[in-house]
Amino acid sequence: MGRKILFITTDQQRYDTLGVNGGILSRTPVLDALAREGIRYERCQPTSVVCMPSRASMLTGQFPTTHGAWMNGVPLAVNAPSVAENLHDAGYATALIGKAHFEPFLDPFSRFAENSLANLGIPTIEQDWFDGRRGVHRGFDYLELATHGVIGPLHYAKWMNENHPEAISGFYPTLDGELNVNAAGGGDTGAPQVKFNNVPRDWYHTDWVADRTISWLGQQSPDQDWFCWMSFPDPHHPWDPPKSEVERVPWKEVPLPANYPQHSSEREALIDAKARHWRAWYDGSLVSNYEAPALWVPATLTADQVREVNALNAVEIELIDEAIGRVMKDIEAKGWGDDVDVIFTTDHGEFQGDFGFLFKGPYHVDALMRLPLIWRPARSTRPEPGVVKAPVSLVSLAATFLEVAGQPAPAWTEGAALPINDDDAHARSFTSTVTEWDSALFGVDVHVRSVVTTEHLYTEYRPGTMHDGSEGELYDLADDPLQHVNRFNDPAYAAARATLHERLSAHEDRPGERATPGVLVAPV
Amino acid sequence: MTLRRPTRLSAEGLGGQVASLRHEVRISAPAETVWSVVTHPESIPEWFPGIESCTVNGNIRIIKTRAGMEMAEEILTNDPLLHRFVYRITSSLYKFHLGTIDVIELGENDSLCVYSTTAEPDVLALIIAGGTKDALVEIKRLAEESIKE
Repeated sequence: MGRKILFITTDQQRYDTLGVNGGILSRTPVLDALAREGIRYERCQPTSVVCMPSRASMLTGQFPTTHGAWMNGVPLAVNAPSVAENLHDAGYATALIGKAHFEPFLDPFSRFAENSLANLGIPTIEQDWFDGRRGVHRGFDYLELATHGVIGPLHYAKWMNENHPEAISGFYPTLDGELNVNAAGGGDTGAPQVKFNNVPRDWYHTDWVADRTISWLGQQSPDQDWFCWMSFPDPHHPWDPPKSEVERVPWKEVPLPANYPQHSSEREALIDAKARHWRAWYDGSLVSNYEAPALWVPATLTADQVREVNALNAVEIELIDEAIGRVMKDIEAKGWGDDVDVIFTTDHGEFQGDFGFLFKGPYHVDALMRLPLIWRPARSTRPEPGVVKAPVSLVSLAATFLEVAGQPAPAWTEGAALPINDDDAHARSFTSTVTEWDSALFGVDVHVRSVVTTEHLYTEYRPGTMHDGSEGELYDLADDPLQHVNRFNDPAYAAARATLHERLSAHEDRPGERATPGVLVAPV
Repeated sequence: MTLRRPTRLSAEGLGGQVASLRHEVRISAPAETVWSVVTHPESIPEWFPGIESCTVNGNIRIIKTRAGMEMAEEILTNDPLLHRFVYRITSSLYKFHLGTIDVIELGENDSLCVYSTTAEPDVLALIIAGGTKDALVEIKRLAEESIKE
């Protein structure tokens, strides 16, 4: 019997939302305890700040420019590498419960397996594997899927519609009548993507994901090795947690974020120091990507709306923490407590009011790029608790899972297994991470590359609709942790900029085989 | 493929949110062979993945998708000389839709099949066009298999 793996992800969660990371809004005792017992990473970056490319990187251990799912709406090839296939080969039972999103949601023709399984009533489907064999879908024996609402073909929506149809109307309609991300406001402040939801807590997708995980774990024999990806759709918008829980965090008492100057002139001055598409989105003259409501203008965001969104976001995170606590309790009760590695992270961050924005897009700052990451190795390995300050990336997860399982990292993984402390990080040259962005939607294309070191966050904008290739951003993380002062054109930072440019060039020129970039077939 | 939605670039807006998209495939078969795959309205379930069935009554075709959606279409052009098939989805989901399949002869055994989608709302254009990309793969397969027989 080997080490079992519980891989927990949320969607769109910032680093500073956990108590152990300095968060003050959510109570997260379960995750805080896992962090104190294991390894907490202070600089984890995604490979992309939107769902599909980032999640595909978790599964493949590759950057988007390698795995080919380069923006939301571009499906990951069914025969792309998958760490779950290797774990399956190693004898692991493999499950993905909750949000997958390697394939587009908006799929009226049901062309993608993720959107077909619930209606077919089967736990998985046989498809091509990376190595040419046929096997279970992306290496998973069992998939039971959910997303942010109760519309669509996934298991949670089907379950709600069949068992609790009276609660459907309580959820916020994530998309509007034209299938754009909905800009309609709600709650007390009229904030976009906010709604008071009368759904009972037990029926909300957070508890459903935990319930289904516990159910699947209950089907495993005591000696079975397993890899379970428990994937919560929250705290991604819409912010519509069960109304019964909303008073946990009274929004009127929520302080404004440090990165939300109260006066619009201050916010606008900060935005104007960045690349030009920031101001264009803020003013409503540009919609650079699908993931934010096309009809919402960030300049209209009020301080109270920021407070309410952040309060509801915090409520959703508390519910996730409690759901994880239930699963951990179940694992202990089954006698697996010492044999399970727990890894917790998310796919990307959320503005939550920083600089006057909500949602996400091609804006590479900590709000979207600095992620919570916790690894609690199995207690049987006698892990030494610690904090890693060196930059790490989600691209390292696949190799980490395989290392836990005692399997070699295959040639296709681009990230080495996570370091267990800073000495290990130093010895294995964890000195920088890269985040990519490419999008081309309705006449607007944006191409961004960023590199993060312990000292700097550096971004280059490649030629596109809004950029001519000469623009960039450079922040000194030591004396400007909020990324207010853009030093891209500061002569005092010329040497640092040259070094960071070289790192991005090395990333572009990295060896290895790249998949043919996929084709955009849906907005998300 | 080109995606165009100028109103995304302007808060004032220039009218509706229309998108026009195009996918194409080169096929090693005579244009007449490719045309024979697409010209029969009732044959669409054979070459459009995700369309399970259809009924055709005159120039009205009703398709049913694998996800259970029914959509009515009006066939506007089915031109054997030009090798052009044009239809529009009349479902209320769409403010406007126009789908065009062009088969262009490039050589004796060499054709280009172009599937264009113009629609409002633009997001729906993108979703339908995503399906047409897979349809072209099937059209190519069927045409190339038929000349081997």
